[in-house]
Parts: sequence; C-alpha cells; structure tokens
Amino acid sequence: MASLIECPHCGARPKEEFTVRGNVERQRPAPDADPDTWFDYVYLRDNPMGRISEHWHHTAGCRRWLIVERDNTDHTVFNVTDAMEAKSKS
Amino acid sequence: MTSYRLKSGGLIDRDTPLHFTFDGKPMQGFQGDTVASALLAGGQRLMGRSFKYHRPRGPLTAGSAEPNALITVGQNGRTEPNCRATVVELYNGLVGRSQHNWPSLKFDVGEVNSLLSPFIGAGFYYKTFMWPAALWEKLYEPLIRRAAGLGRATFEADPDRYEKSWAHCDLLIIGAGPTGLAAAITAGRAGAQVIICDEQASLGGSLLSDTHEVGGVPAPVFAHDIASELSSMPNVRILTRTTVFGWYDDRMFGAVERVQKHVQEPDPNKPVERLWRIAAKEAILASGAEERPLVFGGNDRPGVMTTDALRTYANRYGVAAGKRVAIFANNSAAYRTAHDLEKLGVDVAAIIDSRSETASYNGKARVIPNARVTSTKGRLGLSGITVNYDGGEEHLSIDALGVSGGWNPVVNLACQRGAKPTWSDEHAAFLPPNAHNGLSAAGAAAGIASLAACLRDGAHQATDALKNININAKPFDAGAVEDDPDHATKPLWYVRESTEKSFVDFQNDVTASDLGLAVTEGYGNVEHTKRYTTTGMATDQGKLSNVNAIGILAEVRNVTPAEVGTTTYRPFYTPVSFGALAGAHKSEHFQPVRRSPLHEWAKKLGAEFVEVGHWYRSSWFPKKGETTWRQSVDREVLAVRNNVGVCDVSTLGKIEVTGPDAATFLDLLYCNGMAKLPVGKARYGLMLREDGFVYDDGTLSRLEENRYFLTTTTAHAAGVMSHMEFCHQTIWPNLDVRFASVSDQWAQIAVAGPKSRELLSSIVDDDISDSAVPFLAARTVTLLGGQLSARLFRISFSGELAYEIAIPASYGEAVADVLMERGEKLGVTPYGTEAMGVMRIEKGHVTHAEINGTVVPADLGMGRMVSNKKTDFIGRAMLNREGTQDPDRVKLVGLKPVDPADDFSVGAHILNKNDTPSTPADQGYVTSTCFSPIIGSRIGLALIKKGPERIGEQIVVWDALKEQYTKAVICDPVFVDPEGEKLHA
Repeated sequence: MASLIECPHCGARPKEEFTVRGNVERQRPAPDADPDTWFDYVYLRDNPMGRISEHWHHTAGCRRWLIVERDNTDHTVFNVTDAMEAKSKS
Repeated sequence: MTSYRLKSGGLIDRDTPLHFTFDGKPMQGFQGDTVASALLAGGQRLMGRSFKYHRPRGPLTAGSAEPNALITVGQNGRTEPNCRATVVELYNGLVGRSQHNWPSLKFDVGEVNSLLSPFIGAGFYYKTFMWPAALWEKLYEPLIRRAAGLGRATFEADPDRYEKSWAHCDLLIIGAGPTGLAAAITAGRAGAQVIICDEQASLGGSLLSDTHEVGGVPAPVFAHDIASELSSMPNVRILTRTTVFGWYDDRMFGAVERVQKHVQEPDPNKPVERLWRIAAKEAILASGAEERPLVFGGNDRPGVMTTDALRTYANRYGVAAGKRVAIFANNSAAYRTAHDLEKLGVDVAAIIDSRSETASYNGKARVIPNARVTSTKGRLGLSGITVNYDGGEEHLSIDALGVSGGWNPVVNLACQRGAKPTWSDEHAAFLPPNAHNGLSAAGAAAGIASLAACLRDGAHQATDALKNININAKPFDAGAVEDDPDHATKPLWYVRESTEKSFVDFQNDVTASDLGLAVTEGYGNVEHTKRYTTTGMATDQGKLSNVNAIGILAEVRNVTPAEVGTTTYRPFYTPVSFGALAGAHKSEHFQPVRRSPLHEWAKKLGAEFVEVGHWYRSSWFPKKGETTWRQSVDREVLAVRNNVGVCDVSTLGKIEVTGPDAATFLDLLYCNGMAKLPVGKARYGLMLREDGFVYDDGTLSRLEENRYFLTTTTAHAAGVMSHMEFCHQTIWPNLDVRFASVSDQWAQIAVAGPKSRELLSSIVDDDISDSAVPFLAARTVTLLGGQLSARLFRISFSGELAYEIAIPASYGEAVADVLMERGEKLGVTPYGTEAMGVMRIEKGHVTHAEINGTVVPADLGMGRMVSNKKTDFIGRAMLNREGTQDPDRVKLVGLKPVDPADDFSVGAHILNKNDTPSTPADQGYVTSTCFSPIIGSRIGLALIKKGPERIGEQIVVWDALKEQYTKAVICDPVFVDPEGEKLHA
C-alpha cells in the first residue's frame, strides 16, 4: 500500500513512482582516490537504523534524483530535496 | 424450540420479501436481512461445522467478527467460500451453501473427531506427524488437507470486474456508529473534506440495534437523520459497505468497498469491489467495541451467542434467537439485552451474573448472582444449560443463551504499525496505544462505554483533529441522550467448574484446556501459544478469542493480562478478495505491453512475436510450407547473407544527448574514448559499472558538434537512462548537458545484406555510396523525394554490409512497406530476432548472454577499446584490480562440435578432455548457441579459461541436465567473414 512522497517538482506522489538507490552518504570518490576508498564506495554498505538520507529517483515522474530523508523504522518522511540542487549548493 | 421472526419491528422491509436457498432448501427473508438473520428467522440455527471437531455451529455474532457461521455464497465463477453469513446482505436468488461437512450439515461424519479429541489437542500435528518423515508427503499431508480447510474455492474464472482508486481527505472516519457519526457531522459542518467509511450497508453502527432515544428520537432515526445531512454535504464522501482494513505508512489507509456484492446480477459496467487507497491528513478510529464471549463447557452450541448479537437480531432484524432465553454475563451492560428482549415479548428465564454485586434490573427475569453456566445441552442446537451458583446447581430449559464477557475496543488498525495496545484493569480490556501519528481512537474503540459519552468523544476528537490541520470546528451536540448508567464489569476468563470442552477460539476449535496444556508444555509466551494451539489464526484472526486467550494464559501463568501482552496486529482487518487486490491487473492487463512502431508491419507479414520484457518483438516470419521455426530462421539468415533483409530494431533504447559538455559527459559514461568521435560518425561503445564489469553496449553517433544519439540494448534502455540521470544529477551536476529518451520517437530498421545499399538507394535521396557513407557513418538523409527526413547509420551486427535507418515513429510502417515493395526484385526478406541472433553469433558479437555481469572488457576481447588516456570514467578505478587481470579468467571464444551432427546447449560447461565434471575441473561455459546455416552445424560462443590461447584445442561440452558429453573445438568467435570484407564492401 502506497504512501505519498512529496516530490519538490511534482508534489505528493505515490511511492511506487520512485526507485530507491541507497544512502546519500555514499559519495563517489575522486578518480585518483586510493583503492580502499573505492572498495568502500563500491562494495561496503552501512545499514543504519533510524533517520537516514537516501537517493530516490522519481522514475515515473520528473525523472529527477531526490534526497529523501526518512526514518527507516517507521517510514516517516522528513524532507525531500532535489539532489542536483543540494550538490550545487554544497 | 428454535429461533423465529418476531411479529413486528426491526429495520427490515417486510413488504419486500426475498427468496434464497440454503443447501438447496428454499428460504425466505426480507430486504434488510443478512443471510444469518434470515436463516434464524426461518428457524435455521445450524449454519456450519467447526474446523477440527466438526461440531455443529450457529452464529455467535451479528457482525464481521463472526467465527462460526461461514458459508459459501454464489455459483460458478462467482462462488465465494468462507463468507460470514452475519454480514452477507440478503438478495433475491442468493444461493448459500454450508461447508466443511460430509455428507450433510446435519449429519457430518467428521464429528467422530470429537471422540478422538483427547488425542488431537494442542500441538497435535507437531506431536503426531513427526515420524517417519517419509510419510509426510504421501500420507499425512493429503489426509490433513482433506479433513481440514473450510470452504472450497472455485476453479472457474471470476467474471466480474474490480478496480482500484485513490482518495484524499482532511479527515477519515473509520466506522459510522455514534462516535463516527458525531465526528463526521462535526467535521462536515466545519467544511472539512471528510470520508466516512462503514462496513455495513447503512450508517449507524450500534445505533441501528439500539432502543434508546437520542436527541428526542429513537437511535436508528437519529442515525438516519445524521446520515441524510451528511449525504447532502458536497464535502463529505460516504463509503458504505467499505471496510478500512489497514493503516499503512504516514496517514495512508487501505479500504475495500463492496460495490455490488449484495446484488443478484452485478452491472457489468461497474466493479463488484473497489480497493481504496485513502490519503488522510487526520483520521479517527471509531471502530467500536466487540463483545467477548464467555468460556464455559459447551459454549459453542447453536443458540449461544453474544448478548449484542441477541439484541441486534431482535431490535434490528425482528428475529428472536429463541423462545426462552437466558443471559450469562460478567457485567451490567448485558442487562439491557434482557430488557429489550422482554419488551419484545421474549421470555427471559434468568440473568446469570458471575459477580456478587449484580446490577439493578426491573424486568421479569430472575437475576442469579455469583452464578456460572457450567454446561449446555442439545445436539444440533441449544436446549438447556446447567447453572452453578452459591448453594446450588440448577438446570434451565432454554433455546438461546446470550453471553457477555465484557467488551474489547476494536484497536486493530491503531496497532497495525507496531504500537502495542495497553491493558486497563478498569476497563478489563486492552485500550488503543496512545501514540497519535494522525490516527486517534474515539468512543468505544477507546474504551468508552456510554452512548452519550461516545457521541461527545466523537465530536471532540474531530474538533481536535481538525485543529491540527487548522480547521476550526464546533463539536456537535446530540442533545438529550438516554443511556445505561451502569457499565461495571469484572473479568471472568473461564469457568473452572466446566468439565466439557470450553471453546476460546471457535473457528479453530481451541479450548481452555488446550491453552493450559500449551503453558504446561512450555509454550506460555503469547506468540508461542498462538502458534502451538492455533488460537487466533483462523480467518477471523481471533477477533473474539485473542483477549480471552490472553486472560486465560494470565490466570494459568498467574500474571496479569498486561504481562502476557498481545500478539501482533497486521492488515487485513477482515479478509480481502484477491480480485480486489489485483484490480484491473489481470489477463492481458497484467502488465503494460509495448509494441514497436513496426508492429503492424510485422503482423501483416505474418510474424511470430515473442515477449521480451514489456515488448512484443517479431521473432521470425514463417512462409507457407515451413513447418518448423528453424526452417524460417535458416531461410531468413541465408537471404540476408546472399541478398538483403530488413529487421525491426526499434526496441533498442535510444537517447539523444545535447549541450556544450555532452562530449565530456559521454566520455565519463563510456570506457572507450568518445570525445574525439568526429561529427557524422558512429562508434561502438561499452559502458561499465562502477565495479569495472561491463554494464551495457551500443552505438554512439555524433550528429552535430554538440548533439549525440546513443543506443542501448533493449533490456537496459530504462536502466541506462536512469544511470545517466544519476551520473549527471548527483556526480557531475556542473556539466552543461541535456538528454532525453527518444526510444518511442523513432522507428528503426536494420537493412542488411550485400544488396542493402541497392535497396536503400531506392528510397534515400542522398548519395549513399561507400565513399559518401562509409562504414560507421551516421548522418541525416531525406527519403522518397524529400518527403521525410531520416537518420542513416552504417552499422552492422550481422557482419554484412548493413545500415540502420531511423524514421519518425509514425512513418515507420509506411517506409517499411515501401522497402518491401521496392525490394521485391532484390529478394528482400523480413527477418526477426532469431535470425538476428544467429547472425550475431556467427559474427561473434556479444549480447547480454555474454555481458552477464561477470565480464570485464578484456574478457570479451575488447580490452584494447578501454581508454588509457582518460583520467576518469565510470568503472575506471575498479577495472584494473588484480582479479580482473588474472590470466586464468574465462574469455570469449567460439565453439564448434567435432562432429557437425552433434549438439550442445547454452549453460553447458566446458571440461578438458578426459576430465570428470567437478568445480575444479570447470573450464567455463557456453553463453550462446545456434544452428548456423552458413557453417552447417551448431556453433556457439563460450567463456573459457584462457580461451583465446586455446584456439584449436579439443574440449568436452558437458550438459548436466541432458547428461550429454559433446566433443567440440575451441575456435575464433568470428565464424563468418573474419577479415570484414563484406562489412566494408
């Protein structure tokens, strides 16, 4: 049963329209980063409980990659922002 | 002595008689009846047989918690088993059948199970069927399956329609009893967007079986008036016959509306059921309370029911459950049933109160304090009870017994997201959890007993909920409310004096002694007890039994019910049909279908289609006289190799990339160099995953300085697009690049074969000679005397001189038609994906059979394609890890059987000559095979350890499934035209 995700571009949309990729904290290392850093990025996954930020793709909507901040224990969604805008600001 | 219709009264329409059958017997009821009330009115108390002991059972309730009166309704494809007769609305022509009995409801052979009951108590299955294990499949399971199971599902297709719908509101109200109505009218009058749902056909809930006056009118009239006002409000949506079955993330609720389950012949233009997904800003749970049965010997005989059920059948349906009844209760509220029945002229023999301090009663019935019913009599229905009280034991001849063990607030929905209900000694009940989260329990669902208080609570909770979303509302005032003053209750979990079976879970035949046994045997934890005894695991999910079971466990374990705790509440509240959950997604609508713009063209030519993901692709084009697909495919291959063929390749993913940074971006996506690709040229490209393994392949064409057109495989069209979006938006947002999927905008046709240029010349206006359009040229051309603009790519996956031409999708079929017409004298042949597959294997081209997630470019012989000049691209960092450089890696080679008559299959493994199959002996595996009409035998592509160094070596292809060993020779993967002369012709 769907819940609604507040897409910053499309408004409240059912979660079935989105594809979840994983934690935002996983940022692609610099090309010349050492092998261990790359290994961490490609293979190691944390599995945190509680409030997390994830990349969600609005696949069946605006096709934007979003950062969804939510609690993975009760699925409360706190915040949804556009990933590109967030990256440009940082 | 049995149940009957009262001379007058009830909310039924006595002027509209309805005829139906039960087990083939003609019966009659009235508009407004349920099947259960009509059967009772006709003197039919026996409605089913219990699950394990096949004991005779009648309705225990008049509502949706019913565990006993399960029947099969409807015929043929509309057969629906396990319907609760207590909620099935009667309609003319209804066909009802009892279930789970043989040969008949009255005489059921399975009843002998009762005699075996000492042997089939709790944990029976675990204890009995442990050994020998071999007997499980052949003996135990079929035996159990035949004996158990309630109704039987039909094998015929359901002829009806179902649909799904969304709804949004400010305030969702679940339940339209007094609490829900007060909440709805409060919110409705405040102008809020309201949805009120109730499982029954009309609004009112308990008001419909109440005799009290509310606001100066009888309760049912009050309910009707409020309902009328609500239905006049445009901001209020009333969903009757709608069960809110689940509370999901946020404030999302699932509900099922039974649109046409109450009619004989459903309107085919409407769904029979509708699944609602309701997004509410706030919600009020006004689901009321469910009366608990009491646990005593023989408490399951037809004629024993909750006092609420007795009262509802009498007041609402005008049905007396018996001529002489008694009440057995542990609380004061049950007395009103005795009062109402006496008022209707039913003889109430006694009120048997388990408490020493009874309530005041001014009717005729005798009130017996400190009393318990210890046993019951009657074979197929109740005929008497034994009452045990201070100083004596007495037998009463009665034909109906109302039982009341107190009330359970219906907290299910409030607990479905993990919050646990809390035990209240004061209420002798579990109350909904405090956590708010947008759903507030109100009225009886929150443990409130009095009618006036429920009305007040509903109104105030609505006001509070609306305040949260900044809507001001004034609490509704119902005026004067007649009420029962005394709601005192004292738990009585089971009657210890009983020696007969005392049922806790009626549907699964779990008795008080089963629970005791579970504790004795170490299964006293409530979750263990549930699974060990199966209490609460039937289709009613323990609505009536769970709290009694907890109370008994508490007594046996000598702890409080709070310490025992509850089991986990999960959706669905009541059973939901598969039809409603599937909605319109069945048969050809199960998933979307994608058809190429050339679909009709291929169909005209008689193509056989194959499903590839959502796509329908033409796989071959049989001609008259061809009896096997191989004949067609061989012919198509030879036609392309000797003359010219055309093939629909529109399903490839197509993405157009533009912008000043397009070249930079594409260089980061592909592992090979793309930035220096000249305008007007195409290049084969490989995309890697970040772990260095090959992700997808395709061509990239540079149409203008800052305009590229790339193709992906059909399978990864969507994936590549998402990947590009991820890369651009989250990794390189500063690149000025735009891209869009144009997969559906272009029809793309491969034209391949020695005569392809000649054929294309007949429609392309431009010069397409080898010098004008050399191998890997990509340019815009016009067709048919300037009528159309198209894109022409000189690319080939067959090894032949070949082109792909892209035409705006809607012109695809017309252009393909012209190609067929003008190519007739050249012998033009349409070919499908099978022939395409044969030719790409003959030419050693890889697909996802080889790009299987475990190969790096070097494994495919494309190691030199990878750019060593670029400082960054996706996959670069991980590509040169030690493991990917291992000389022992499997690498792409070709494979031919030594004897051309021999065969091998995809997935078969490669062994060195004389080796026996084992993991260490494994040399690799076959990735693709086909029969090559050019080579004249089966050929294959394989990934083999050190493959390219072993060309000419004889190996064995071992197929474990077929137990087949085939001698084969490793060869170059390019079987046809290895020098590429045809390609560059």
